[in-house]
Amino acid sequence: MTALLKVTDLKKAYGAIQAVGGVSFEVQPGEIFGVIGPNGSGKTTLFNSMLGQITPNAGKIELKGEDVTHCGPLELSRRGVGRTFQTLQVFGKMTVRDNLIVAAQEHHGSMVSRMFAPGDSGLGTKADALIDRFRIRHVAHLKAGTLSYGQQKLVDIAMAFMSEPDLVLLDEPCAGVNPSLVGGISTLLKDLNRNPASGKKSSFVVIEHNMDFVMDLCHRIMVMVEGKVMAIGTPAEIRANKQVLDAYLGA
Amino acid sequence: MKKNHIILLAIAAALLLVLPQYLKNYGVYLLTYWLIFVLATMGLNLTVGYAGQKSLGHGAFFGIGAYTVAILLKAGISWWIGMPLAALLCFVVGLILGFPALRVQTIYLAFATLGFNTAVWLVMRNEEWLTGGTFGINNVARPGLLGLSLDANRPYYYFVLGVTVLMALLLLGLLRSPWGKAFTALRDNPIRAESLGINIRAYTLLAFAIGAAYAGVAGALFASLVQFIEPAPFAVAASIMMYLMVVMGGPGYFFGPVLGAAMGVVVPEWMRDVPGVSEWYLPLFGAAVVVLMVWLPDGLLSLPDRIRAKRASREASAARSAAAAAAKGVKA
Repeated sequence: MTALLKVTDLKKAYGAIQAVGGVSFEVQPGEIFGVIGPNGSGKTTLFNSMLGQITPNAGKIELKGEDVTHCGPLELSRRGVGRTFQTLQVFGKMTVRDNLIVAAQEHHGSMVSRMFAPGDSGLGTKADALIDRFRIRHVAHLKAGTLSYGQQKLVDIAMAFMSEPDLVLLDEPCAGVNPSLVGGISTLLKDLNRNPASGKKSSFVVIEHNMDFVMDLCHRIMVMVEGKVMAIGTPAEIRANKQVLDAYLGA
Repeated sequence: MKKNHIILLAIAAALLLVLPQYLKNYGVYLLTYWLIFVLATMGLNLTVGYAGQKSLGHGAFFGIGAYTVAILLKAGISWWIGMPLAALLCFVVGLILGFPALRVQTIYLAFATLGFNTAVWLVMRNEEWLTGGTFGINNVARPGLLGLSLDANRPYYYFVLGVTVLMALLLLGLLRSPWGKAFTALRDNPIRAESLGINIRAYTLLAFAIGAAYAGVAGALFASLVQFIEPAPFAVAASIMMYLMVVMGGPGYFFGPVLGAAMGVVVPEWMRDVPGVSEWYLPLFGAAVVVLMVWLPDGLLSLPDRIRAKRASREASAARSAAAAAAKGVKA
């Protein structure tokens, strides 16, 4: 089976600082892959390279067998990579429903055809289905900027799924979220992974500091320390890894 | 559309159709002047209000439109060919002006576009062979329409009204299509927009180009209204004034420019004619702008939204305190 995402010996340095120093891993179709590590271990740099925000110094990133190392964010989105950001990134002055529609509208047709397309690009039903799934029906008609932090977080995550991506990169989905909602997000993500709306399985890569969340959600976990991979394994393996415990979990 | 919106629109349409019959020549002229600025600032509202690109070069496009038509008319080319050419030229130049916006934003973009406006103004002033320099271009003719003469002010008013309504409907169609959402997404959060597959380069350039084309059409109508053009009305001050009109009316509100242009064109003119006010009109106008910016930074049309938001938060807090009181009652 070809891996959905294959990262080979990725390197990125900022001046003398080697933020990511030769990282390799694979993500299989349908897999939830967690990335953990202390602050400054290179998780975000790795993420930004995978998302085309920065260009790595060396190494290769392949998506469905195609080299995407030098693709920008726009190209990656078109090729089926969705993402969320560490901080809230909703369109504050649009309604929740419009936020979802705009999240997928550019994946259909051309700019010229979109000029004459209906306002919801025919995505209304799909948006409504996600709205119900994320249980944000009661706020769907409100401007996203007026919602509470937790509600905006849900909208933010839902947006990443609107275009039915093959791969979703989630950057700290629990940051700033209250404990009761953390459980809700975990349940949602598991459900989206098992029962995708389109029937097409998508894989997730999750960066997160909340250890219980990662251990519960992910199929496999990669531990990064000082820009390098310390271990890759199932949650049980990671929990039992003496080296990881000393370096990170034991702290 | 809500019922009271339709009623408001019907009243406005009736007024626009009937009012000129009861106005003197100057009143009709002033209304036409206002409509032309509505059209120009509608374009700027797309660039600034919807797409969030802070442009202070709109006056230049207004000028390019006016000069294109005037120069072509002198060369014996019909207004009806000159006007689309003016719009096209502004579209292309607007597209080019969009490129700096891919690099710089906010106040830096404002200054870049302001520099562009100054450069265009210098061409208008110095290239006498083309633009007539400070002497300007005289006797700019008005177009005819299907054999009808538009030389008198009243027929020309109705012509400008027709063009403005048509252009407004085109813009409304564009804003209601997926493009409208893409522009808003670009304004609210370009980085997120790009990660969702929105081509922010293309939409930024087109926001400038389409906005500029609107100014081009407005400029063409302006040249034929005033019938004498010179560089002054297209200087940086014009761009700032148009920006102010967008901001006063409410950037990102479709009808913002209608109110904004009224504030920027009609109100100062009216104040100038009222005895006792006339000596004070500039300071009063300035003070009104300051007050507006402090109390309604999102423009006049944000007022209903504000009232609605206040009411909603009042209701929400009332509901919360009622719930809290009920909870207390249960405990006790």
